[in-house]
Amino acid sequence: MNNTAVATSELNRLARFIWQELKPRGKWLTPFNIISIPTILVGLAILYFRFVDGIGSVTNLNQYYPLGIWIGFDVVTGVALAGGAYVITFVVYVMRLDKYHSIVRVTVLNGLLAYIFYAGALTLDLGRPWHMVNPIIGNSFGYNSVLFLVSWHFLLYMLTMAVEFSPVVAEWAKLEKVRKFLAGLTLGAVILGITLSILHQSGLGALFLMAKPKIHPLWYSEFIPLLFFVSSIYAGLSMIIFEGTISHKVFKDLLGGHDQHHYEEIVFGLSKGAAITMFVYYFFQALVFIHEKRWQLITDAWGYWYLLEVIGFLLVPCFMFAYGVRNRVIGIVKVAAVLALIGIVLNRLNVTVIAYRWYDVVKYYPSWQEVVVTLMVVFTEIWVFRWIVTRMPVFSEK
Amino acid sequence: MDRRQFLVTTATAGAVLPARNASAANATKETKEFVGVLVDTTRCIGCRSCEVACSEANGNFVPDVKSDNAFAQVRDTSEKQYTVVNRFKTDKGEVFVKRQCMHCWQAACVSMCLVNAMYKTKEGPVTWNGDKCLGCRFCMVACPFDIPKAEYLSWNPRIMKCTMCYERLQEGKRPACVEACPTDTLMFGQKRELMEVARHRVYNHPDKYVHQIYGEHEAGGTGWLYLSAVPFEQLGFRTDLGTTPYPEYTKPFLVSVPLILFGVPALLLGLSELTDRKKEVGESEGWTKTGASE
Repeated sequence: MNNTAVATSELNRLARFIWQELKPRGKWLTPFNIISIPTILVGLAILYFRFVDGIGSVTNLNQYYPLGIWIGFDVVTGVALAGGAYVITFVVYVMRLDKYHSIVRVTVLNGLLAYIFYAGALTLDLGRPWHMVNPIIGNSFGYNSVLFLVSWHFLLYMLTMAVEFSPVVAEWAKLEKVRKFLAGLTLGAVILGITLSILHQSGLGALFLMAKPKIHPLWYSEFIPLLFFVSSIYAGLSMIIFEGTISHKVFKDLLGGHDQHHYEEIVFGLSKGAAITMFVYYFFQALVFIHEKRWQLITDAWGYWYLLEVIGFLLVPCFMFAYGVRNRVIGIVKVAAVLALIGIVLNRLNVTVIAYRWYDVVKYYPSWQEVVVTLMVVFTEIWVFRWIVTRMPVFSEK
Repeated sequence: MDRRQFLVTTATAGAVLPARNASAANATKETKEFVGVLVDTTRCIGCRSCEVACSEANGNFVPDVKSDNAFAQVRDTSEKQYTVVNRFKTDKGEVFVKRQCMHCWQAACVSMCLVNAMYKTKEGPVTWNGDKCLGCRFCMVACPFDIPKAEYLSWNPRIMKCTMCYERLQEGKRPACVEACPTDTLMFGQKRELMEVARHRVYNHPDKYVHQIYGEHEAGGTGWLYLSAVPFEQLGFRTDLGTTPYPEYTKPFLVSVPLILFGVPALLLGLSELTDRKKEVGESEGWTKTGASE
C-alpha cells in the first residue's frame, strides 16, 4: 500500500472515531445538568443582547466602573486559580518529583481549559472584540504597555499548555508516532510556560499600578505584581486540592484501582507547599503594611474588610494547612483549601472591583445578567472538562 | 520547546528594548514643542459657548445652553460631550470651570493601550483611533482624571474624549472651544509660552490668584493649565494625584520583564539537567574515586 492510501485510511478511521466519541454518554438528568443547561441557554440569550445592543444593555458597568466581574472574577481571579498548572509542571518536569506525576495531566487540562474559558471571557467584555488580532498581527505594538505583554503571554501560554496536553489527545486518537513527537516537546513547553506564567500572573497585577488614585491604599502598593505572583502559587495548589476532592467523588469509576494512600500523600505534599507559600505571602503583606504605614487605615469598615481577607482567609487557612499536614488530618486541609480560595477571590475582587473607587457613594455591583454569564462560562468549562476526562486518558496513564 | 514559538517570543521580547531606546532618542531630538491650552477660571462667565462649539466641531450632542439648567448640578464629560462647564460656589463667589481631557505630557491612557489606539501625537494632543481599539477600557482605569468615556449602549462602542481638535490643528486652526470663547478665558499655544503668560498673571496680581498653576506638575505635567482665584480643591480638581508621570508606575515591572524572560528559562533548563535521574551517578562514582578519602 502506498503512503497516500495509508494516510487516507488513517484519516477515515480518525473521522469515524471522533464522530463516535462526540456522542453523549451516561445519564442525562443529573442535578448538574438540570442546573447548567438552562443557565447556559439563558447566558447565550444574554450574550445575543450584549452583542446587538452593547455591553451596557446587560451589565451594570458605567463610566467610572469600566471593569466588572467579567474581568475581575472571570479573568483576573480565574487566571490566579489556574496557577496550579505551572507549579505542578515545574515540580514534575523540572524538579522531577515523580510523586506528583499522576496529577500532571488533569492539572494541565484544568489550566488549559481555565485559560481558554476565563481568559476567553475577555472577548465578551471587549467593546470591539473583532480587533483582537491587532495586538498580535498589528502594525501598532504598544511596547510600553503592560496589557500588551499580558495579552501576548496569555496567548503563548495557552499554546504551551496545549503542547503539554497534546500527547494525551494523540494517545486518545491512537496516533502513536504523533504522540511520541509531541511528548518530546514537553520539557521546552513547560519551561516556556513557567516563565510566561511568572510574567502574566504578576502582569495582571501590574495592570492596576496606574490606578493608584482609585484603589484603596490598603490594597494598592507598588508591589501588586509580586503579591499577585506569589499568591497565584498557593491559589493554584489549593485549587488542585479542591478540584481533586470533587473529581474523586464524581469520577470515582474513572480512577479505577487508584491508591487512596498515595492520593493522600499527594494532597499533604501540596498542602505543605501551600502552607509555606501562604506564609511567605502573609509575611510580604505584613512588610508592605508596615512599610506603607497603614496602621491608621485599619480602624474603619475598609480596615476590617482588609483584616478579614488577610487574617480570616490567609493566615487562618495557612495555619490550618500546617496543622493538617502535621497531624495528617485530610479534612482540615480540604477546608483550608476552600478558605484559601475564598481569600484569593476576595483579594482579586478587592483590587479590581470592590476597593476600586472605594470613595464613591454609588458603587458598582454586578447585574444578574453578568452573574448568569459568569456561571455560563464556568459550567461550559465543566462540560468540556467532563467530556474530555470521560474519553481521554487523563486520570490514568498507559 | 517548539522552535517557532521560541523565536516569536524572543523576537517580541527583543523588540521591546530597542523600541524603547529609539523613543528615548526621539524625545531628545524632537524640536517641536507640545501645545496646550491655558484656562483662566477668573475670566470665565459660564456662557458655555465652548460646549456648543466643541459638540458642533466633533459631531456630538449639542446642549441647549439657554434652557437646560445644567449648572444645577456638577456634571462630568460623557460619551456625548467632550467638554462641560461647571459652576462652583466658593469663598470668592461663583466660579465656572471647564473640564475636558488634560492631554498629559506622559499620558497614562497611552501607555496602558496595547495597540496605540490612544496615541500621543508629536504635536501634543492625545487622540483615539477606532480602527485599532479593542474596547478593553483599561484607558479608563488608568486615567487619573477619569476622562475617557465608553459608548456602552452601542454594538461598536467608541472611546470618547477630547482630542484638542487635532484635525483643526492640522489645518492650522485653533481648537473649536478656544475659537468660541468670548472672554479670552482659553488661550492656545505651546506650553512654555502658556506657562510664561500664566506666571506673569500671577506675579502681576498676587492677590487675585492662588499661587499654583494646575497642570504644571500634576500627574507629571499636562497640556491644559488652569489658573484660579480659589484653592483648586474647591473647583472639583483632584489635588492628590502626585507629580509622577503615571507611566512611571509600571516602569519597574516592564524593566524586569526581559530579566525574567531570559533568566528564568536559563535557570530552569539548568535545574532540569541537574535533577535528571537518568544521568545520575552514585556518590562513590563522583569527583572522588572510591576509597580516595582514606
